[in-house]
Amino acid sequence: MRRPGWFLSAIAAGLYIFLYAPIVVIIVFSFNAARFGTVWEGFTTKWYGALLHDSAALSATKNTLLLALVSTGIATLLGSLLAFGLTRFDFPGRKIFDRVLYVPVFVPDIVLATSLLLFYSLVGSFIPALELGMTTMILGHVTFQISFVAIVVRARLAGLDPALEEAARDLGAGEWKTFLHVTLPLMLPGVLAGAMLAFTLSLDDFIVSFFTSGPGSTTLPILIYSSVKRGLTPDINALATLIILISVLATVSLTWLQKNKQDPHPKK
Amino acid sequence: MPEKRQMHLGQQLTRAGRWSRAGITSGPAALWLGIFLALPLAAILAISFLTRGEYGGVELPFTFDSYKRLAGFGELGFDSLYPVVLGRSLALGMATAVLCLAAALPLAFFIARLSEKYKGAALTLVVIPFWTNLLIRTYAWQILFSPNRWLTVAAHSLGIGTAGEALYPGTLAVLTGMVCDFLPFMVLPLYASVEKMDWTLAEAAADLGADRWRVFRHALLPQIWPGLGAGFILVFLPATGQFVIPDLLGGAKTAMLGNVIQQQFASSRDWPFGSAIAAVALLLVLVGLAIFQRKGSKHEVLP
Amino acid sequence: MQGERHLEPQKCSVPLAVEVVSLLRQFGSVVALSGVSLEIRKGEFFSLLGPSGCGKTTLLRVIAGLDLPDGGLIRISGRDAAEIPAHRRPVNTVFQSYALFPHLTVSDNIAFGLRMKKIAAAEIVDRVQRVLALMQITELATRKPAQLSGGQKQRVALARALVNEPEVLLLDEPLGALDLQLRRQLQVELHQLQRKLGITFIMVTHDQEEALVMSDRIAVMNGGKIEQLGSAREIYERPRTRFVAQFIGQCNLFKADVRPANNGDILARTELGEFSVSNVSKDPTRPGSFMAIRPEKIQLLGGATCGMKNSFAARIEGFTYCGAETRYRLLAGQQTVNVVVMNREASAVFQPGETVQCLLPAEHLILLDA
Repeated sequence: MRRPGWFLSAIAAGLYIFLYAPIVVIIVFSFNAARFGTVWEGFTTKWYGALLHDSAALSATKNTLLLALVSTGIATLLGSLLAFGLTRFDFPGRKIFDRVLYVPVFVPDIVLATSLLLFYSLVGSFIPALELGMTTMILGHVTFQISFVAIVVRARLAGLDPALEEAARDLGAGEWKTFLHVTLPLMLPGVLAGAMLAFTLSLDDFIVSFFTSGPGSTTLPILIYSSVKRGLTPDINALATLIILISVLATVSLTWLQKNKQDPHPKK
Repeated sequence: MPEKRQMHLGQQLTRAGRWSRAGITSGPAALWLGIFLALPLAAILAISFLTRGEYGGVELPFTFDSYKRLAGFGELGFDSLYPVVLGRSLALGMATAVLCLAAALPLAFFIARLSEKYKGAALTLVVIPFWTNLLIRTYAWQILFSPNRWLTVAAHSLGIGTAGEALYPGTLAVLTGMVCDFLPFMVLPLYASVEKMDWTLAEAAADLGADRWRVFRHALLPQIWPGLGAGFILVFLPATGQFVIPDLLGGAKTAMLGNVIQQQFASSRDWPFGSAIAAVALLLVLVGLAIFQRKGSKHEVLP
Repeated sequence: MQGERHLEPQKCSVPLAVEVVSLLRQFGSVVALSGVSLEIRKGEFFSLLGPSGCGKTTLLRVIAGLDLPDGGLIRISGRDAAEIPAHRRPVNTVFQSYALFPHLTVSDNIAFGLRMKKIAAAEIVDRVQRVLALMQITELATRKPAQLSGGQKQRVALARALVNEPEVLLLDEPLGALDLQLRRQLQVELHQLQRKLGITFIMVTHDQEEALVMSDRIAVMNGGKIEQLGSAREIYERPRTRFVAQFIGQCNLFKADVRPANNGDILARTELGEFSVSNVSKDPTRPGSFMAIRPEKIQLLGGATCGMKNSFAARIEGFTYCGAETRYRLLAGQQTVNVVVMNREASAVFQPGETVQCLLPAEHLILLDA
């Protein structure tokens, strides 16, 4: 195959710049001394220091991580089980379920968020636990995470040689032992990829959190949004830079890990 | 040999055995999605037919008023506001998908033509923005598009925007943010099919005297069609229902479905009308997805 | 044609490893097994041979317990196996794809079955070592399956099954994924291994040569039925049906009307004349509407030797020189006849266009069902 020519390379370079311009500008402006707006007033690192004393940012970080960890845990368990069930057992309605799985992926966040808000306020008067707050946010996040986990894990399971599980049976493993010693270890990379995806989706989510949060359960995206809306962004830039840095590190190390494990099932 | 077995991995399962296993594995997730996805969506559908209560709640009777209003027939005669929003959402979604496609095609070909050593890195570079927060990347365009930034000045010199003013809010800003955010969704599936492509077909076509366009049209395009379809649906549907990007980079003049829904639930507290718009947005996505799955089932484009 | 008819007569004397009676298996409208019956003796190398879709793999899977029959009986070592789930059957399988667990090392793969049976750790180590040595793969013990070649994987798959000392070893196209040279080598090794261990082997294959070379007995399957069951020699020399005759080796077929002759032989009337057939099996009721002969059994005689018994004249259409033999394509009337002649002498090659006499020895003629 031919190597890319100068024309194609120039277009690609332009597109990479386009993709990274927003990220670079945030990083640059996190070192901007200006308190308001978007004018450059000199280099400083004070905003990073300020973050450490910003109780709102700290509690939002705590909330974001708590929300992401708990919801990812639940969604990974439910989604992986679902994927296993969908690929291993035939039951009435399985084909339909297979397709419905894509609905939460494509339902606009705003529709999911408002429908959950409506649902919580309708049911909330009967069930006090559904008062808007961390619980309702976790419930909402799990709802959109399940499908992503299930789709990723299902792809992994569908790629497995069915003879592997049969071989386990043939060698004397019962149903449970086959799952434990063969299926589970083999689907684990898919489960991890699904969990990573779910975790990132939760960290990134603004809309569902925004609509289903209550007082005291502000997350980082909500904090960033309201700061941007009010135009108070200096330490938000620093915060965003840290978030970007963590995302980049996570992506690169995961890609590297997967490459070295020679996993034939890259996550999408 | 056909493999429609009545058993599971060397174990004879009665119908009850099969169903109970299906229930244990798929049941919890099904139940969860039933309660927290299906029920709320059903609720939104039901509420869209109710009347707005005096203090923001909902009341009977059942009515189609919300949908009439959405179609432009409000209490005060014809009002094009909401049909325009609907049309704008579709148009912006389509424009985003087309622009992403135009950008992703050369990028996918570029990456596919790199040597194995650099392919992974080039692809990871596309994926990284996709893993970073959308809100942050969108807000960054506010900085880039603010007055006196060199990008803004350059645009002004080309006759875009008004000198001394920011480039946002505006359609151009929204579109820029959208393309920047959704580009990875187009590049990934497109690259997947470009990577698998049989280049000898292109060589054969060129050998037979086809010009560049014909080589692309007849030898290459059919091979990347599945990836193209997947990318298009992955961009068009979410773009149409976007909320954050038009909210941060657009204004009232670029409001999309998502913004109007948010308005109805937040400031206006008109739940029936907000629900009606949400129901329409949902319908749009379901129809799009159904059409796509029908075509996609032949090509297996979704994972 | 149902299976019972083909059951070989030697009952009782040899203990049976596997006994299958009127096995039925259907996948929707596709019949994979339609009433298959057979008996496999302890310690024999038995092959299920047939084209893809003939039901051979289904039969193997049913014996392994990985598939359930819709009807019929299976006995393994005399015990009814219908109620024994796959993981408790005293059989082990070598899968076509080998199905080595990719997350386990070679020795962990081999130890898997023993661990499932909760055998003491020390004994596991000992038995794994022995089977590694037996298969000559001791140096691969710590590798993962991804680091093995096709032939090595095959050995590990065999070792993983054999370490459990099964009563019956099932092999599903065990050499199918290997290249020709390696396949030939492993055919011999596998055969010797089976002789050494004395374990009953049941092998599924679509490769007739493989089946002929390795097996004590072969069941030729087609369309969910057993067409013929017998030793390699029986199957090749005395095929009973057109399918068997044509699936295994090459065969010339002639439409024929059959009637008994005075000397106990049978006379077959074909378009090319009447042929006497000796050595017909003891089943005189069989109609036999085809006469068949293997290409290498036909003798070609040059010159005009008309009037010879069991012969006809044919014109050489063409030939292929294959080193050890020459393959001739002849035309006799409307019928194409294939003849293989060993190249014993450097000369005496018939040329295209030449007319020769084809002699069909009575003892090599076969009568087949339609």
